[in-house]
Amino acid sequence: MNETHHLRRMTIAWVIVSVVADVLFWFFVGPHVPPGRMTDMATSNQFDFNILFVIALPVLIGVWIYLGYTIVVWSAKRGGPEPVGGEAARTNRTAQVAWITITSVVVLFLAGFGTVELIVNNGSGGGEGPNPVWSPAGATKAEAAALAGTGTWSPNSGQVLPVQVIGQQWKFTYRYPTFGGFETSQLVLPTNTTIAFNVTSLDVTHSFWAYQLGVKADANPLINDVAYTATTQQGQFVVRCSELCGIWHGAMYNYGRVVSQQAFAAWAQRTEAANAANTKLLPAFAWTYTPDANGAAGGYYPDGKVTPYSSAEVYGAKQPAS
Amino acid sequence: MSTVHERPHDIALAASGTKPPLTQRPGLLSQHLGTALVGAIIGYAIGHWLGNTISSHYPYIANSGQNAIADTLGLMLGVVGWLLGIGALNYPLAKLVGRQPSSEVEIQGWSKYFRYSTNHKTVGLQYVVGVLLFMFTGGLLAMAIRTELLSPTTHVFSPDTYIKIVSEHGTVMMMMATSIVVGPLGNYLVPLMIGSRRMAFPRIEAFSFWIFVAGYMVIFSAMPFGGFPTGWTGYAPLQTQAGPGMVSYLFGFAVIGLGMMAAGFNIAVTIINYRAPGMTWSRVPIFVWSILATAALLTLATPTLFAAGVFGLLDRTVQTAFYVTEHGGSSYLWENLFWFFGHPEVYIMALPGFGIAGEILPVFTRKPLFAYKVGAAGMIGVSLLSFFVWQHHLFQSGINPDMRPLFMLTTELISIPTGFIYLVGMGTMYKAKIRFDLPMLFVMALYFNFLIGGVTGVFLSDVPVNVTVHGGFFVLSHFHYTIMGGLLFAFMAGLYYWLPKMTGRMMNRRIGLWHFWTMFIFFNLTFFPMFIIGLLGQPRRVFTYAKNLQGLNDFSSISAFVLGFSFLIFFFNLVWSLYINPVKAPDNPWDSLGLEWQTATPVPAHNFDRIPVVLADPYHYSEVNAPAVADLGPSSPPDEPSLSGAPV
Repeated sequence: MNETHHLRRMTIAWVIVSVVADVLFWFFVGPHVPPGRMTDMATSNQFDFNILFVIALPVLIGVWIYLGYTIVVWSAKRGGPEPVGGEAARTNRTAQVAWITITSVVVLFLAGFGTVELIVNNGSGGGEGPNPVWSPAGATKAEAAALAGTGTWSPNSGQVLPVQVIGQQWKFTYRYPTFGGFETSQLVLPTNTTIAFNVTSLDVTHSFWAYQLGVKADANPLINDVAYTATTQQGQFVVRCSELCGIWHGAMYNYGRVVSQQAFAAWAQRTEAANAANTKLLPAFAWTYTPDANGAAGGYYPDGKVTPYSSAEVYGAKQPAS
Repeated sequence: MSTVHERPHDIALAASGTKPPLTQRPGLLSQHLGTALVGAIIGYAIGHWLGNTISSHYPYIANSGQNAIADTLGLMLGVVGWLLGIGALNYPLAKLVGRQPSSEVEIQGWSKYFRYSTNHKTVGLQYVVGVLLFMFTGGLLAMAIRTELLSPTTHVFSPDTYIKIVSEHGTVMMMMATSIVVGPLGNYLVPLMIGSRRMAFPRIEAFSFWIFVAGYMVIFSAMPFGGFPTGWTGYAPLQTQAGPGMVSYLFGFAVIGLGMMAAGFNIAVTIINYRAPGMTWSRVPIFVWSILATAALLTLATPTLFAAGVFGLLDRTVQTAFYVTEHGGSSYLWENLFWFFGHPEVYIMALPGFGIAGEILPVFTRKPLFAYKVGAAGMIGVSLLSFFVWQHHLFQSGINPDMRPLFMLTTELISIPTGFIYLVGMGTMYKAKIRFDLPMLFVMALYFNFLIGGVTGVFLSDVPVNVTVHGGFFVLSHFHYTIMGGLLFAFMAGLYYWLPKMTGRMMNRRIGLWHFWTMFIFFNLTFFPMFIIGLLGQPRRVFTYAKNLQGLNDFSSISAFVLGFSFLIFFFNLVWSLYINPVKAPDNPWDSLGLEWQTATPVPAHNFDRIPVVLADPYHYSEVNAPAVADLGPSSPPDEPSLSGAPV
């Protein structure tokens, strides 16, 4: 069989299988790919995953068809003509140039596509650190107002809602600076609202992974890691820690809810009132809080009487102020 | 030919009448594994006592009764005692006090494998046993992990024990994988493939093995100390908070790092300077290219790991604050240092696998290696680019968001030179007549597995998709597909291919086929479901998970047990083929043109009677009027200088 026959057969098989596989994937699997479509970030992350998959499938299928063909047709057991060595078998300029060109074009396209998606989607739900380079309209203003204690949020106002996520061994708690800075272990969010998550930690590095929201941001002590998402559907979502944080890392998860804007406002006002006595005991709202050696005993806020965390000290013992 | 000619370097001295030094003769002063262990124990005791004495006023590590300074000094002097006990320091110490050191003499018989040997073939075989032992213990820990994950609610281990098993598994496997090819096959084969009689620095080579073993023991010493909870990545501040087992982790990586630097340095110098006449860069076997690229990475990336480990130890012992944010340090410093080493390390593990595949393919396809120069350039390209991708591990960490497009680009660019290995492989298979012997089957499996590993790597490098897949089982599956599916399958291919040369025995094909098929099928059945598990939201290193993921986890666990069993088949094959039912291997059982196969089996102590003159690359298969690979004929005496400087 001559060269063109082998290549033609493989190409035809490749095109048919790839097109069928891509179409089946795009229409039957793609809409169900995690993280779903609960927020704009989740939707765009799902879209990006599906685009990558549609490009990856033909690559996988191409190599598999080639390997399969090789095993079936060019096995020594089948007999067939003796292979031919020599210079022609060592290099093939066309094949080499084509290979390098195609892989380069695909790779550069993917890098460009990823970059555009990252910028257009304001960081794509990933933690951008304390100074986000891409943020949705109104986010910076809302964040500044929240820190100053002048931030507000009301239904149908279109305002960005800042929420602080505090990781500690081994739970997440949340502070709502636009509602008096109360702290709660429930994460409730209004629908059709842009959320600015401000993620920090009181001890070791955690990672705030709001799975269905398409958000993941590491929680580092003394660092405010900001990630954005805009809710579009109501429902429940799971929050898991996705950075190993010690013994009970596996148990560090809870659930959050996206509810209507009115229901959220009612919940927030109710919780603010119910927690008012506790909130007074909390330190003033800040983006980060200095952990100290007494974290495990509960005295983690900078009350001026504790020293910063020291590695070699025995946990639970107060140290003199530095 | 005189005796001198048969035995280059120091061996010549013994042969010509010099007695071996007392340390290498049977008797009380003989140095071997046993004296090394005694040395380690004495060193540890002295170090621990010294640490407690000089730092008795320091606070103990919480809830441990241990003092970090005592632990560190104990391990440190333990390693020094180990090296003294095995004899690794005899030569430098003698030089230090101005004495002419006695030359190392190769002991004959099985006991040489338990001694400090400067023969690259002995070191190679020592490494084979070393890495298999390492792999076996790491594998047992993997079985424990999969046992725990059988159920989200019924637990076999406490969360504390579980996280320590996970951490130990990851660390042991990563340490082992950095040496799994370079150590056994690199040391054994590189001199044979480039036509040399020895490594450039045989003492450094022997040192690299014995300190590798020391590193293994140091990292396992974490277990009696109570383990460490950080996973193999050792992130601060969890690292700073952890108990005394963390000292073993930090010091263990520093010790293994020393061995990796030594091995890389020695192999790189050997390849550059000890090539036989005629072994030009365009004739160097592709495996040697891969080892050279790996050696460059070992030499250049590992110092960062060493420094990172030492900084961590300083934080724990003398209260520096490299990684303590509150005191002016940064947990990002650890993450950056660790991954600046950690990502090149991924290619330290991948490249030798590509080299093995490239070396084996032409033999079993009976065709020349396709696009050899592109393949070699790809390996060098990968090793260069690998230094510019590390921050993709920090995409969600909050550091440098503006750098993400750059690191996304560099990470995706590296798939271009990595893809060359597919160009080379598929081109070589084209219109071939393939013999599906065991080594070739493992190479085919590598191409299948690594493709999945590589393609999923592109998903991880895409920052938006990374949000969903980072830190979950998706990434776990991805790197098992590249390292286990790629490197380990390549290592197995290499063992089945080269063990006949190394041991003089053929591996049993029938048992080998059972090994291959169980390993290949159940590897995929173990790890492929993990992509789905990860996408469905299961983070790494958890002891519990969502109830709806139990089916997939159980499927993965049961497959993992069979995968573990496949390694028992392999060990059985080793014992069967080497000891129970040995079949003598011909000099060149696979009809290879490689220079290493042109020697006798077993390979003579001096490799080649005469340094060969290389005439062509070893890939002239199925070629009419193919040139001979090398002129091996005996003629002039060797021009090798003695290792100890003594005249030959």
